[in-house]
Amino acid sequence: MSDGTKDRKGVPVRLDKVSFSYGGAPLTFDVAFAAAEITAVMGPSGSGKSTLLNLVAGFETPQSGGVLIGGADVAAAPPAMRPVSMVFQENNLFAHLSVEQNVGLGRSPSLRLTETDRADIAGALARTGLAGKEKRLPRELSGGERQRVALARVLVRDRPVLLLDEPFASLGPALRDDMLDLVAGLHAERGMTVLFVTHQPEDARRIGQNVVFLDKGAVAAKGSADDFFAGAGPDVFRRYVGTSTQTAGSRDIARKRT
Amino acid sequence: MRMRHPADPRVTVGIAALAAITLLIGGAFAGLLIEGAHDFSGAWAAFDLYLLRVVRFTLWQAALSTLLSAIPALFVARALSRHPRFFGRAFILQLFAVPLALPAIVAALGILALYGRAGYFAGLFSAIGGQGWPGIYGLSGILVAHVFFNLPLSVRLFLEALQTIQADQWRLASQLGMGARPAFRLIEWPTLRSALPGVAGLAFMLCITSFTIVLTLGGGPAATTLEVGIYQALRFDFDPARAVTLTLLQIALTFIVVLALTRLGANVIGDASLPVAPRRYLSVNRTEVSLNAALIVLALLFVVGPMAATVIAGLGADLGRLAGEATVRQATLTSAVLAFLSALLSVMLSLALTTARRALALSRRADAKTLLEHATDTGAGFVLVVPPIVIGAGWFLLLRHVGDVFAIAPVMVVTVNAVMAMPFALRAVRPAYDAASERHERLCAQLGISGWPRLWLVDWPSLRRPLATAFAFAMALSLGDLGVIALFGSDSVQTLPYLLLSRMGSYRTEDAAGLALLLGLVCLALVLAAGWLGREKVRNV
Repeated sequence: MSDGTKDRKGVPVRLDKVSFSYGGAPLTFDVAFAAAEITAVMGPSGSGKSTLLNLVAGFETPQSGGVLIGGADVAAAPPAMRPVSMVFQENNLFAHLSVEQNVGLGRSPSLRLTETDRADIAGALARTGLAGKEKRLPRELSGGERQRVALARVLVRDRPVLLLDEPFASLGPALRDDMLDLVAGLHAERGMTVLFVTHQPEDARRIGQNVVFLDKGAVAAKGSADDFFAGAGPDVFRRYVGTSTQTAGSRDIARKRT
Repeated sequence: MRMRHPADPRVTVGIAALAAITLLIGGAFAGLLIEGAHDFSGAWAAFDLYLLRVVRFTLWQAALSTLLSAIPALFVARALSRHPRFFGRAFILQLFAVPLALPAIVAALGILALYGRAGYFAGLFSAIGGQGWPGIYGLSGILVAHVFFNLPLSVRLFLEALQTIQADQWRLASQLGMGARPAFRLIEWPTLRSALPGVAGLAFMLCITSFTIVLTLGGGPAATTLEVGIYQALRFDFDPARAVTLTLLQIALTFIVVLALTRLGANVIGDASLPVAPRRYLSVNRTEVSLNAALIVLALLFVVGPMAATVIAGLGADLGRLAGEATVRQATLTSAVLAFLSALLSVMLSLALTTARRALALSRRADAKTLLEHATDTGAGFVLVVPPIVIGAGWFLLLRHVGDVFAIAPVMVVTVNAVMAMPFALRAVRPAYDAASERHERLCAQLGISGWPRLWLVDWPSLRRPLATAFAFAMALSLGDLGVIALFGSDSVQTLPYLLLSRMGSYRTEDAAGLALLLGLVCLALVLAAGWLGREKVRNV
């Protein structure tokens, strides 16, 4: 099983003139995400970042337009039928189920697991640094470990697209960097297409290859992360980040001094 | 166009539950309408002076009971809130929750044991009055019993309201040197006033639909309410036309009251849980302390009296002989089985409605609620508009053409009580399910967990306790109910309350007292269990 998955690459994700509304002003997305790359989705609160991910995941259904994953329109498919895994900011785990069971649900929604499944689960737990914690309940884990369990489940689910909806926002800076490195590592091994919503420019800078910047329910800018953070980003992005490109620079200096 | 995902099984099950409830209530209405159409002139002729008197008495006793419960409750609640910490406070509040758990017939018996013609206080009252104590049958008995139920309930509801006052307001009040009087006027009264319509409305509602109390403590035609009138028309006078008229009047009356209540924003279903009192910054002077203490003690004595009398009278009965009696054993077994089935059905209906409502609410997103969602939501609470006696009467009339009405007694007791307990069961189950769904819905959708695996792996662990709470509460309600069994009971199908009533009727007071103690204890144990199960929260991540 794991041999086959290693060759499996991420597929392109495209929102084709998608419009959606919660009852207020409509959101319209027309954007493509490169296959097998990490794209940071950024933008002010209420700009539609989570909605964009929910549309790809299938938690929301567009009023018009197409959601294309790997070329196939999945706009009508229920979430479980889409080639997508998503990690939320919280509530990624069932509180009453053990780490192992929570990961196992990624393989079988009724927890009927074969020996191969169990081996894969053990492998995923080892890869995410959770070996020895299989029997624990989520409440016996730290916040970072809980998100590691969610990532382990992503591994056993093995879908070509991974959606991250601010999964590390409630973690401290050092822990967040560890988790980002883990995501980057998993990406290097599996090569899935990653859409990563974050508020932190440093996060996007650390692992993002591309940036899609949303504003007022539409894509305002798009480009490579290097360009964005080299100061060549569009005005809306620079306004959103504020002086943070400078502060990031001055913080680097400060760090060097100490 | 918004695409539709395959139909959620939760909605299908919810529709089935609604259909079952509709069948039960619809069948009763069909019975009433068929009977009314069949004998229209008879139903019309039932509008006589007697009927007018019954309606007047129904409203009069309910109004008086409400007044006598709500007004003293205001002051007792205030007294309790002025003293957030004293020895035994929690115990008093626990005791004030007990009447909620006691079957009405047990309370009625306790009140008779205390204030009746041969009660413990009869000697004292006779000495004071200078003549033989006549006992408290009729209006006075009904009022005492209704106040026994509604005073403690009102106290708890008012106290809950008072506890919503921000601690900062109290800090401010004590900094400004506000005395008891201005504090009441400026801080406590506005809160109490906004809670008053709801509390009074609830008490009024409970009193106009009260059957058992009026049946056991009301005396003769001068003190009869609509519900007892229905029972008498069917069981004694056998005047179906009159029963139809009385029933329709009762429905109209409760409907108006419930409508008024929902307008007032009241909660028609009383709650037994009370949060811990917050810290207060109060200085209470000595006069007030003694006044408050007196108020609390008086209320406590009033509430504890009938309970103590139930226990003492019950222990005085020949419990050993009672336990050996075949009829008692049979009735206990019947009660246990019927109440168990009723609670099971009630919990299943509640779960079906809860999950369907949630599924519908999730799928509509920002759209307006559909009629179906309304039915699974507020619709369920409206079954309270139709008192058990009314449903029973409808089916009684419908089935008497078909065959032996008494043969379906078990079915009626189980189904009617299940539906009656449903609003309470819903209150235990729905918040827990909605909260769990809030956490798990997207995860389940993503991982494709639905149907049985979902119920078993995901929902059951978080619903276990609330379901047990709902079950225990529903079982207690069903166990103590006299409404349906009074209509359908016979020598072949007797429950404990029915047996109790018949022992009272044949003046075997000792036996009745013994049975009341048994019934009261079992119901109390169930409600305590329900409360305990409800309080212990599952820790969440």
